[in-house]
Amino acid sequence: MESKPPGEDVNNVVAMRQADAPKVWSDRLSDLAKTKDKALYIQLFQHFAPKVKAYIIRLGLVETTAEELMQETMLAVWRKAHLYNASKAAASTWIFTLARNQSIDWMRKQKYPEYSLESWHEEPDDQNDVCEQVVTSDRMAKVISHLPEDQAQVIYMSFYEGRSHSDISDRLGVPLGSVKSRIRLASGKIKMMWSDDV
Amino acid sequence: MNIKHHLDEATLVSYAAGSMSQAMALVVACHLSMCTACRNRAHESEAIGGMLLDSLKPAPVGDDALAQVLACLDELPEAEAEALDASYKNTQSFSGKESQLNIVPSVPSPLSIYIGSSLDHIEWKRIVPGVHYHDLPFKTERGGVSRLLRIAPGKSMLPHSHDGNELTLILRGSFTDEVGRFTVGDIADLDNEIQHQPLVDSSEDCVCLIATDAPLKFSTLLGKIVQPMTGF
Repeated sequence: MESKPPGEDVNNVVAMRQADAPKVWSDRLSDLAKTKDKALYIQLFQHFAPKVKAYIIRLGLVETTAEELMQETMLAVWRKAHLYNASKAAASTWIFTLARNQSIDWMRKQKYPEYSLESWHEEPDDQNDVCEQVVTSDRMAKVISHLPEDQAQVIYMSFYEGRSHSDISDRLGVPLGSVKSRIRLASGKIKMMWSDDV
Repeated sequence: MNIKHHLDEATLVSYAAGSMSQAMALVVACHLSMCTACRNRAHESEAIGGMLLDSLKPAPVGDDALAQVLACLDELPEAEAEALDASYKNTQSFSGKESQLNIVPSVPSPLSIYIGSSLDHIEWKRIVPGVHYHDLPFKTERGGVSRLLRIAPGKSMLPHSHDGNELTLILRGSFTDEVGRFTVGDIADLDNEIQHQPLVDSSEDCVCLIATDAPLKFSTLLGKIVQPMTGF
């Protein structure tokens, strides 16, 4: 992980063009944990809240619920910022997991089993770089568009519609085994394209 | 921990997407607490979610959303810090030095919420001699269940296949089936293409956490008779 002198970050970051720089957001989230600076939080809110809400709507929840769960998610960003570890995940990934858990907890009225947030902490036995840091959303769109349609479809149905393997199998009328092999292939290709891009 | 059997990629993606039943997600979360390799893979799968979140067209949020959230910030305690630190220490025993020194870890933290921190104080119910179970309090979806099984040495699970997926995580002891030998931390991640009959080959009882996302299909008459009773 890169380290910069504290304080310098914020100024540099503000000067940078933001749209395609996930690392900027990850740095900001890390700084938020340290400083509890509301101005930083507002920037994160303005960037992520509309995306979080869009994600929750995609899961099939009505607008008012999506608004409420978005606010809960963004409050969790503030409350749990100290658990965020930029070497493990991009800000968007971490916030995605918060939004996912909020939505599931609400839909199922039970808590989604987490392998607990402690795993986001650094561990000595685990020095893998997270290659997604440098992958922009632009590139992700490209990666997805390179997938055969039947593979992109199962990824969308999993992440955006929250459908289980057997649910997808029923909907598409293909055997469970085929659903799983499509997901495996898609995931393998996405991860390979990430490492190629780095 | 010397884990040889890991999660299927498709299972990890489903967990990361949040598209898996509660019962199955619990078993996945438990394995992830014990297995660094799968935890890294889970981070990668969750990154797919992060990238998809990034690429979504923003939805308009309420005009006063930011103001409302900001008004709440000061009232929020920086909660959970202590509680999480405590559970972190528990989980550490799975990946840290202690496990290498062969101190038997107790219960992975996602499961300890339901049964406490020891496998020795569980209220078991008997299915057949040598085979006990303990149900976890999940609302089930599509007939799937999540439960602990305790099987005596030399005993086997009834032979069965599945309509859906089945996850089996070993918490104590070991078993062997058509796929291979499974010891503590290993996960058997199976679907409807496999019929198997796990046989306990450890000298102590084998305790495992099992979840299915659809009822199992037993291939023997006895299995069909006990099925209504066992819920599998």
